Amino acid sequence: MSDMINQYRNNFLKEVESKVEEGEWVKNCMQCGVCAGSCPLGDAWEHTPQKIFMMIRAGKKQEVLSSDAMWMCTSCYNCIVRCPRELPITHIMHGLAHYAKRLGLAPKNNPTLKFAQIFWNNLTKTGRVNELKVGLSLYFMNGFVEGIKTSLKMQKVGLNMIKNKRFSIAEAWGGHSVKDKSGLHKMLKKAYDLESARVDK
Amino acid sequence: MAEEIKTGCYICTGCGIGERLDDKQMQTIATRDGKAKFVKSHQFLCSDDGVKTINDDIKSEQLNRLVIAGCSRRAKMNTFEFDNIPTSRANIREGVIWVRPDNDESSETTQEMANDYIRMACAEARTMKQVAPSEEQSTINKNILIVGGGIAGLTAAIEASKAGYQSSIVEKSGKLGGFVANLYKSIPHKSPYNEPQETQIENLIKTAEDDRNITIYLDSIVSKTEGAPGRFEADITKESGASKTHKFGAIIQNNGFTQFDANILDEFSYKTQKNVITQSELESIAKKGKGKIQKPDGKGEIKTAVFIQCAGQRSDKENHLSYCSGFCCSTSIKQAMYFKEQNPDIDTIIMYDDLRVPGVAGEDFYRAGQKKGIVFSKAKVSQVTGDGDNLKVEFKDLILDEDTAISADLVVLATGLVANSGPDPYATPIELDADGKEIENPEVQKIDVTESVLNLQYRQGTDLPHLKNGFTDSHFICFPYETRRTGIYAAGPVRRPMDILQTKDDATGAVMRAISVIENSNKGRAQFPRSGDLSFPEFRKEGCTQCKRCTVECPFGAINEDEKGYPIFNEARCRRCGTCMGACPVRVISFANYSVETVNQQIKNCDMPDEFDEKPRILVLACENDAYPALDMAAQNRIEYSAYARIIPVRCLGSTSVSWITDALNSGYDGIVMMGCKKGDDYQCHFVKGSEMAHERMAKVGDTLESLQLESERVAVHEVAISDIQTAPALIEDMAKVVEKVGMNPFKF
Repeated sequence: MSDMINQYRNNFLKEVESKVEEGEWVKNCMQCGVCAGSCPLGDAWEHTPQKIFMMIRAGKKQEVLSSDAMWMCTSCYNCIVRCPRELPITHIMHGLAHYAKRLGLAPKNNPTLKFAQIFWNNLTKTGRVNELKVGLSLYFMNGFVEGIKTSLKMQKVGLNMIKNKRFSIAEAWGGHSVKDKSGLHKMLKKAYDLESARVDK
Repeated sequence: MAEEIKTGCYICTGCGIGERLDDKQMQTIATRDGKAKFVKSHQFLCSDDGVKTINDDIKSEQLNRLVIAGCSRRAKMNTFEFDNIPTSRANIREGVIWVRPDNDESSETTQEMANDYIRMACAEARTMKQVAPSEEQSTINKNILIVGGGIAGLTAAIEASKAGYQSSIVEKSGKLGGFVANLYKSIPHKSPYNEPQETQIENLIKTAEDDRNITIYLDSIVSKTEGAPGRFEADITKESGASKTHKFGAIIQNNGFTQFDANILDEFSYKTQKNVITQSELESIAKKGKGKIQKPDGKGEIKTAVFIQCAGQRSDKENHLSYCSGFCCSTSIKQAMYFKEQNPDIDTIIMYDDLRVPGVAGEDFYRAGQKKGIVFSKAKVSQVTGDGDNLKVEFKDLILDEDTAISADLVVLATGLVANSGPDPYATPIELDADGKEIENPEVQKIDVTESVLNLQYRQGTDLPHLKNGFTDSHFICFPYETRRTGIYAAGPVRRPMDILQTKDDATGAVMRAISVIENSNKGRAQFPRSGDLSFPEFRKEGCTQCKRCTVECPFGAINEDEKGYPIFNEARCRRCGTCMGACPVRVISFANYSVETVNQQIKNCDMPDEFDEKPRILVLACENDAYPALDMAAQNRIEYSAYARIIPVRCLGSTSVSWITDALNSGYDGIVMMGCKKGDDYQCHFVKGSEMAHERMAKVGDTLESLQLESERVAVHEVAISDIQTAPALIEDMAKVVEKVGMNPFKF
């Protein structure tokens, strides 16, 4: 009965509208299913975008936010191009993923999530991506042993890239960065505060 | 016949006819075989000079019949129309040179084809008579009777008044406005289509009441109607019993619909739960509360309202409606907006199977509803149950594919509409078996017990025929509003499901038709599709056997019977299709310019080569409305067909007399192809039933063939649409192949 009371109410839909990036579009979905049919990875998703939107309307907060579906999006933009209601589906998917992460509901050990976190940490440190460190962090993402194995496997590629000056060993010591690092950090802090003001209110 | 027939035959050699055909030879044929008194060729007959030549000759030579050999009769119709001189057209352009290849080897058969068309046209012209004006035109009454005082009736009356015609509205209830008068607001009819709008029905009622051209009869019904367009007489009877006869020129039936009875919907607990209501009940509550919607049981506030679409509609269950009522989805969106207007936090959930929002508001209105936060859920509701103060709606979410349930304070059922048609004159009575039980026969329409609306004193029943699902038949594909009773028009939801705006358009259209029928009958002219035709059916009383086939088969119920069983043709009701002519077993019914004889003469005046010439003849009887134009268009596209085909246009395949078939076979034709329009529920026949009648009659022609010891494949009946420009010539080719296979007709002489 308590389930029934929260179902198909506007609660979660309203939460998504106010707290998720581009979330105000969700109510405009007309359930045609073109996005689901257009997604090249559609089969691999736990729920297609069409279903995600319906689940939001049905008030299934836990199921939506703990799903790995949004994390599967490769940003190919097929759905955005084809949506007859012009919903920015790709952005909504990333918005939902981000919101799930913030609330700590995102699926642990999801490789996309892990990579996104590594990339973000790396990028925000200096304002420039340190390719050597991103690469190595990625190899060692699932532990030391696997990291060594992957490194050995990729040895040849790595050496060739160094030979062709695609990346430099020198990056291991500091690496390049933006001119005003503290300015960048201030900016990111401000952005985070603004987002928090919206999401945590 | 006293009058001496003087036929003038004019052969046009323009459009390449002169290069392909020998006009001298055709002239000889016209004089020798066609018995034309006067023959001329002209290079450009439809030019001013050509037409002047004809007009001059009519005067100087006293010509009283004309044959124009050139383009199809569908081209230059007005150019070759001469003041009441029967004119026949030999189609040697579309019918001959455009469908035959231009080479030496086929030039002989092509010329033979053209010669035959000259012979046939001359024979037709000889047997046609001048149309004498109808004697029926008496004093024409131009008033319009409008049955039903709802939005359609009011619109019709106001539009008629604007056009200068008087009208009378007969309303069964005690007030005007009909269904719309009960609405709080209507679906938007003006841009930007995002809010419910005022119905403005009060203004409409006031306009009608103040209009001097409009007479209003409340609490009244039409208890008797007789006559024909221009001279209808209707008894308007008050509830008190007082009755008076009034004269009218045309009738519009727009008596709307009744709400589907929700009491039979046990699964939604409509009978047992106070808080389960229909859309129209919600309208009444909203209207009463001026937008504030109280819970019907009076206990507490409404926090959640669930709308169930297609309640008892689009369902194959017994007593449910099988069709979509068209307006309910938009209505639910509108009603959900009532709640959002009251308080945006009220949850409104619309459970639909397919959301359909036809009409101008359409998608814009749907989007506006979504923006306001109405939740749309593709769902199949299995049941609604009462649970203390709450209702429990159990359903299957069709997107998430799971069975689930929600609680609600109010459930609104979208129950749809049932047309207020009168009893169908063509419904078959229910058959009872020996025990008095009903014999189940899905083919047979059940006779309905509804009260008559018009009480017509027609041979063929009291009301307008239905098409399906109880809606009054109006020619939906070609002539909306046009029913199977000339001069009586159907408008609004009585003819098909529609919303308010569509109903207003419909009423306006029906008034235009009504005005046109009044003006046409005033001049003794036919209503379309043979608009302006002055000919009408006549019958030879001495020959009539009172078999009543014509009075039964007339698709428009135009023919009544006198006390001895002879037909009485009501010319103004007649559409000149000739179905009666085809029905008459003793061939006594004819039109001055179209009769059993005019076609028979064409059939017989075709040159018949003997059996050993290897030149068969295929007779094609083509409906002039669809099949003949299809063949003309095929010719314009230079699609070739057999040089052995001889095509005769008929007004409707329903006018085909079985005698044409037997006579044609007896005189040596090897195959006969008949082309009529599409029949059945989605008919395209301009005369509704003509093609169906023809198919039925020709189904029995097999016996005749058997008695002549001929193969039944020699006669084929087809349905041809106007767009079948590839198929129509192919059907002729098919018959040529059949003839090749079964051999020549042995009855050649």
